[in-house]
Amino acid sequence: MTNSDYKIIVGLEIHVQMATRTKMFCGCELVFAAEPNSRVCPVCLGLPGALPVMNRQAVEFAILTATALNCKVAEFTKWDRKSYYYPDLPKNYQISQYDLPIGSNGYIEIPVGDGVTKKIRICRVHLEEDAGKNIHTAGSFSQVDLNRAGTPLLEIVTEPDINSAEEVRLLAMELQRIVRFLGVSEADMQKGHMRFEPNVNLHIKKDGSKHETPIAEIKNLNSFKALEKSVGFEVRSQLDNFIERGEVMQSGNKKTFGWDDVKEVTVLQRGKEEAHDYRYFPDPDLVPVVVDEKWLGEIKGGLCELPLKMQGRFVSQYGLSDYDASVLTTDRATSEYFDSAVKAGGDAKRVCNLITQTGLKTANEKGCGVAQLGIEPKRLAELAKMTDASQISATAAVTIFVKMMESKEQPGEIAEKLNLLQKSDAGELEKIVDEVITANPQAVEDAKSGDKKSKKAHGFLMGQIMQKTKGTANPQVVAKILGTKLKA
Amino acid sequence: MSKEILKLSCRDLQAKIAKGEVKSGDAVSAVFGRIEKYDGQIGAFLSAFKQDALKRAEEIDEKIAKGQSVGALAGVPIAVKDNMCTTFGATSCASKILENFHSPYNATVIEKLLAADAVIIGKTNLDEFAMGSSTENSGLKKTVNPWDKDRVPGGSSGGSAAAVAAQMCFASLGSDTGGSIRQPASFCGVAGLKPTYGRVSRYGLVAYGSSLDQIGPLTKDTADCALLLNVIAGHDEKDSTSVDEKTAPLCDFLSGVGKEVKNLKIAVVPQLFDGADSEIVAGVKSAIEIYKKLGAEIVEIEMPHFEYAIAAYYLIATAEASSNLARYDGVHYGHRTKNAGDYIEVYAKSRAEVLGTEVKRRIMLGTYVLSSGYYDAYYLKALKVRNLIRSDFTAAFGKADCIMMPTSPTTAFKIGEKTADPLQMYLSDVYTIAVNLAGVPAISIPCGFDNKNLPIGLQIISPAFGEEKLLRIAGMFESQTDFHKKKPEL
Repeated sequence: MTNSDYKIIVGLEIHVQMATRTKMFCGCELVFAAEPNSRVCPVCLGLPGALPVMNRQAVEFAILTATALNCKVAEFTKWDRKSYYYPDLPKNYQISQYDLPIGSNGYIEIPVGDGVTKKIRICRVHLEEDAGKNIHTAGSFSQVDLNRAGTPLLEIVTEPDINSAEEVRLLAMELQRIVRFLGVSEADMQKGHMRFEPNVNLHIKKDGSKHETPIAEIKNLNSFKALEKSVGFEVRSQLDNFIERGEVMQSGNKKTFGWDDVKEVTVLQRGKEEAHDYRYFPDPDLVPVVVDEKWLGEIKGGLCELPLKMQGRFVSQYGLSDYDASVLTTDRATSEYFDSAVKAGGDAKRVCNLITQTGLKTANEKGCGVAQLGIEPKRLAELAKMTDASQISATAAVTIFVKMMESKEQPGEIAEKLNLLQKSDAGELEKIVDEVITANPQAVEDAKSGDKKSKKAHGFLMGQIMQKTKGTANPQVVAKILGTKLKA
Repeated sequence: MSKEILKLSCRDLQAKIAKGEVKSGDAVSAVFGRIEKYDGQIGAFLSAFKQDALKRAEEIDEKIAKGQSVGALAGVPIAVKDNMCTTFGATSCASKILENFHSPYNATVIEKLLAADAVIIGKTNLDEFAMGSSTENSGLKKTVNPWDKDRVPGGSSGGSAAAVAAQMCFASLGSDTGGSIRQPASFCGVAGLKPTYGRVSRYGLVAYGSSLDQIGPLTKDTADCALLLNVIAGHDEKDSTSVDEKTAPLCDFLSGVGKEVKNLKIAVVPQLFDGADSEIVAGVKSAIEIYKKLGAEIVEIEMPHFEYAIAAYYLIATAEASSNLARYDGVHYGHRTKNAGDYIEVYAKSRAEVLGTEVKRRIMLGTYVLSSGYYDAYYLKALKVRNLIRSDFTAAFGKADCIMMPTSPTTAFKIGEKTADPLQMYLSDVYTIAVNLAGVPAISIPCGFDNKNLPIGLQIISPAFGEEKLLRIAGMFESQTDFHKKKPEL
């Protein structure tokens, strides 16, 4: 069976933890990896008599995200109870949104390479509270940690518009970039801030008719790698099952799988999806949310230029490669830092190189962002200008960049102090070239010979000149002078 | 001395305590004298805190002796229904599943009582999780009616009503989801006020039907209801359904009681009198006559959707209850089965072992109501009926200041009389339930006795947030009668 005989169909459900200070319906602060059950109160413990109070910030974050995902924002929305029994769910219902999600009918554009994008429709975006965690390490009994219970989660559901495992990953990464740009989530995968549940099946053409494989839902994936690999695995597995056993979808036989990160296989959790009846009904403890124009306007004021658009602009306006533009737009601070430095007069490619080659490496070592290294965009632009004007070499620029992090001095001052300014004075350099030519007649002869020794000899002469100037000579100027002299 | 103290209203007692004429400690001793002597027969209390109450009374007496200012309920012994969370004693909801549950926090009303320097002396019995009309559904204790110990005190706030009637406290708090303050008040011959939904914070009230539940006072008379409402009313940021004070401004509810309402228009619904015992009808009609003599105009109205209230109520309240009670699962707190093989059995057996029949019945009803495929036919339809009932009330209040009707179709019935037939029991709330569906306030005050010397209750219903006028209207009746002054012989 060839690729053209089947189509991969994937819809994705994503849970994104909102970066609010406190939980969705109580005042407990969100803290990662705190002592179990230390960040809890009567509300998130679901104690008798406790009542939820909506976190307005979480709603604003949700609306902002829905807007960025081109959704229609509900003017009127409400909270519903979703009932199911599980030990990590202290009320045995989750406060969520059922028929009136905060956002609906949107789309996300994802970069599929070389500046090409694809639109994936977003079905709905809604807010809900997270559950706690069941812990099964104590032996004969399980324990429950409710620190996470009540954490605001944004659930984003796409339409089944995704057609490859790679696209699933690209969507997830694009979404991460968006929520980070908006500042609504740290989207830290290690901390479980983003969790994915792809629904996968295949549409297969065989013998003139179309077949659909059973839908597999893969639960609780929390890395891009696991997401892409699990979808890839499921595609192969469904194809095999179809070819070997002719397995196709029957009504309602959606299967639920887990992902084994070590063996890299999906593991069946529930064979036949039980008919879940969550008994949704409006939570009588909470009042409906009315999003009026004024409030919506205030929230939309927090919207920024989104990463993909910015990436495109860096290519079209600044002439960067799509790759460089994507690296710069990984996070908002870096992209804005870059943009400011370019607007301050730095050449885009030069600024980009300084950031991507020196800045990101240094920032990584320091565990911060490039923008936090202590070099203002204006000084970075100065540094780029000096490099461009051949006042300093590319190597010297790196040295100066590092020094600039520790001082407030201008790159020119640092270059001067460290004697890194390039000599471009043709008269002065000509003298040195003459000296070297006189001192190395054999090399000059070889260089002039035009045979295979010539290149090596030429390099030797350049090296001698640079050595004499302690590396401060502008290599372009030297090369030009030397070239002229050798032709003579 | 203690006999004299026991006769006092809350406001008179508070005034005397504040002036130093009566010691709070003596008032507390007086009620504990009654509790120790009579609660063995009455069974109003699930817990009582004598030592703590005496200590607190002493502190308040000291404050007064030092000339410090004290709160509106300074030194007054108050009982609260055991479905309000307190950091002292258990909060059991009269359920074995929470029998040993101790709340780490106080309900907002408890905080308000304490801030007003009240002395909380104990927690009173109720139908398990406030589900019932006779307190017979208590999983922990039997409470009887102080007027006739073979009869029920009403419910679900039966303990709170019996405690006030038997002078085992000066006032109590109850909760009312479908009549649970007014009906026991009526059965026990005391005043009971269900405030407007949203007037009093529900934070810390263990939820039964969240969109219907409301806390209110049970007292010796209307003015004491006003005094307690002054203390417990107000917006609470912890309860999203409590109404902000811009929408519903607070006022001094007490100061108006005693002033008559001029040009009072009373609506009556003749069709509704058909369902009540003749003595009840006679009692309520003679009460209305008294208002007539005071110059009130009577307007006969129809409330065409009133008769659907019970049906709608038992869909909405049970739906909410099935969800509200899901948390009592044996996992986090409360009773846990010792015979579970897996976690599903922890749920099933913990609940099956200790929840009472009526609670199970309502959980099952509510679960069914919310199930997919039935939601529209039951829950959604009930919400529509609820809106129609609201509009009945709105229409009525366009014609009159208040509506008067019986609180209950009968006086207190015999223990065991209706336990075999849940529907008969549900029908005893026929006059009270619509009020909760509409969210409006209503009061029950004593307006007579039947031939068995059992109290009859007059229910007065007013527009939302109209408590000030409602209390004045009730006060007008009390100024002309002394039914509220009669006490049962124990």
